[in-house]
Amino acid sequence: MAQMNMIQAVNSAMDVMLGRDPNVVVFGQDVGYFGGVFRCTDGLQRKYGEHRIIDTPISEGGIVGTAIGMGVNGLRPVAEIQFADYIYPGVDQIISELARLRYRTAGDFAAPVTIRTPCGGGIRGGQTHSQSPEGIFTHVCGLKVIMPSNPYDAKGLLISAIEDDDPVIFFEPKRIYNGPFDGYPDRPAVPWTDHPMGDVPEDYYTVPIGRAEVVKPGAEVTVLCYGTMVHVAAAAAATLADVDAEIIDIRTMVPLDVDAIKSSVAKTGRCVVTHEATRFSGFGAELAATVAEECFFDLEAPVQRVCGWDTPYPHAFEWEYFPGPKRLAAALEHVMDVS
Amino acid sequence: MRKSRLHIPHPPARPSDKPDFSYVHVPPVDEVPRPDVNTPLRKIERSLAFSMVRVLDEQHSAGGAWNPHLDAHDLQVALRHMLLTRALDERMLRMQRQGKISFYMQCTGEEAVSIAQAMALQPTDMLFPHYRNQGLHIARGRNLVDLMCQCLSNSKDMCKGRQMPIMYHWARGNIFSISGNLTTQYPQAVGWAIAAAIKGDDTIAASWIGEGSSAEADFHHAMTFASVYQAPVILNLVNNQWAISTFQGFAGGEQRPFSARGPGYGIPGIRVDGNDFLAVYAVTRWAAERARRGNGPTLIEHVTYRRAAHSTSDDPSRYRPADEWQAWPLGDPVDRLLQHMLKEGCWSGDQHEQLLQEVQQHVTDCWDEAISYGTMTEGPFLDRNELFEDVFKDMPNHLIAQREQLRALDEDD
Repeated sequence: MAQMNMIQAVNSAMDVMLGRDPNVVVFGQDVGYFGGVFRCTDGLQRKYGEHRIIDTPISEGGIVGTAIGMGVNGLRPVAEIQFADYIYPGVDQIISELARLRYRTAGDFAAPVTIRTPCGGGIRGGQTHSQSPEGIFTHVCGLKVIMPSNPYDAKGLLISAIEDDDPVIFFEPKRIYNGPFDGYPDRPAVPWTDHPMGDVPEDYYTVPIGRAEVVKPGAEVTVLCYGTMVHVAAAAAATLADVDAEIIDIRTMVPLDVDAIKSSVAKTGRCVVTHEATRFSGFGAELAATVAEECFFDLEAPVQRVCGWDTPYPHAFEWEYFPGPKRLAAALEHVMDVS
Repeated sequence: MRKSRLHIPHPPARPSDKPDFSYVHVPPVDEVPRPDVNTPLRKIERSLAFSMVRVLDEQHSAGGAWNPHLDAHDLQVALRHMLLTRALDERMLRMQRQGKISFYMQCTGEEAVSIAQAMALQPTDMLFPHYRNQGLHIARGRNLVDLMCQCLSNSKDMCKGRQMPIMYHWARGNIFSISGNLTTQYPQAVGWAIAAAIKGDDTIAASWIGEGSSAEADFHHAMTFASVYQAPVILNLVNNQWAISTFQGFAGGEQRPFSARGPGYGIPGIRVDGNDFLAVYAVTRWAAERARRGNGPTLIEHVTYRRAAHSTSDDPSRYRPADEWQAWPLGDPVDRLLQHMLKEGCWSGDQHEQLLQEVQQHVTDCWDEAISYGTMTEGPFLDRNELFEDVFKDMPNHLIAQREQLRALDEDD
């Protein structure tokens, strides 16, 4: 067991898989000699060589398009898109090609590509370095979509993603790369060393794709969240001594662990859905609809959504935009007040 | 009154005009030297990109530095493949007109491109086609029944009814799947070639696009990555003059040949007479040898003419002269190869008549077999539960649930 932050955890996942499978290659801007702008591939080129840890041109469309061809020819590419905000030039290759290749060829061709990309705000990134576009990809059939909330899950889920024969979009919330940010920007940063999920095995292990995790059990209200918001939800719940919230880390949006949602909401009868992405047509709408369809007769209050406002992510008003613990606590109190 | 200064490209002729191909310079067969495959780009970039490689002259003789000196057997095989491609297209067009299939795309006038290139490459080389490359399948020996079943979306459709007609693939034959989103296959072919290089094998990739879709960003992505990694890939740009209703000037062909884009990326660009089977074969061999030796990618512009409509949904008489193809200065690829073979004495009129009948009969037999596996209106049909397969390798719960919903509808009936 070692202490790892999220960066070290995803690095370790790639390291383990590069060591186990000669067909795994890491591919992206600045991932090679430099080790990545967030250091996620630090040291990997020195260890595995420049033919497996490959720097690419600044071309997301080219990275995804060529990664598909590499996957078709037997490699298992782990492509990095430097910021999720930059993924859009690659979206035609992701949606029209990567996601549907197995389907359109009736299983004769497939490309086991994993796309890693840092997402989310709270880093003074403005509207081009803060987005959470997971909802764009959860709407595409044929993609698995993952967003871990801690180092242990990040490593185990990334290994599962690389081993998976389906394409995976793997979002890494960059605000929690170095510590479990709880939504209070003025408080001192907390490192992963103080967090139980910062204990990460150095060797191979997996966290299964398609399973949510109960982060904190509770009896009165279910909070459905993922990524950075898992820690914000815990902080918000901690401010409400009289509310017993159950916090569920969705972890993999596709495939979605509907059973975990059902059993929690059946127990609590109340539900708050939260994500950092904009609200309208966001993945939270799918979560809320799932709760409405599956748990309607258990519900004692309308489902609430706490999300990024439906504006671009601003530079100056970052914390007004961010769905922090105060907004989340207000939503929890609101659903508890409905009787 | 404001007066626009914008340049709008205009084709040389619209429906009521006399066809005019004066913009196509047709050089003599000995104009373009054939460089050694190890020659550095800077020494060959102008000679290859700005003229046109030709082997068959106006008198149907083969000449010049690029003459591949194919033997009689190869020529006969090539002729049969081209005639079979044309016969397949004619039959499938008729079947579409009769409502037997929903859609079709012919490659009439462009047969030499696919047939010559497939014959010039190794069977293990991976091909990433566009939608007018049916000849690749034919030259690699595919059963026409398979192609027809795909167009019929019947019980033997390789795509299990998931693609509209002509979007074939053939894993065993090393031919990739066709996408309706144009040029996406270009960077994929480059990626496949990058993987081949990483794995250290000597296979290469080849891909095709039309001149119109060279305007897509994926063209730039593919050229950049191919150049950066010197990928063993042949990138073909089939300039058939028309992208539905817009002529090649709308893709940037007015100012410079498309082949000249190669040197801009550090890649040799070759312009070839796309209706000259021998010339297409020769440049493909040259590019393949370069790629296999580790000398990197080549861009080949095939100058040809789209004789047929863009697709069965298109009516070209609304935007170009109906007789334009007759004025096309590079002639017809099938006829030119035939005339060459007759002149060389390795083929006779009688043999040709026999071959024409044989390919017609073959296409008829294949069609009869194909419809025995089902048509759009008569079974056997595909299993509708297949609708949910292959979205993922293993079916997740939400798709299992949706499949059950569809089944329940059947039980209600």
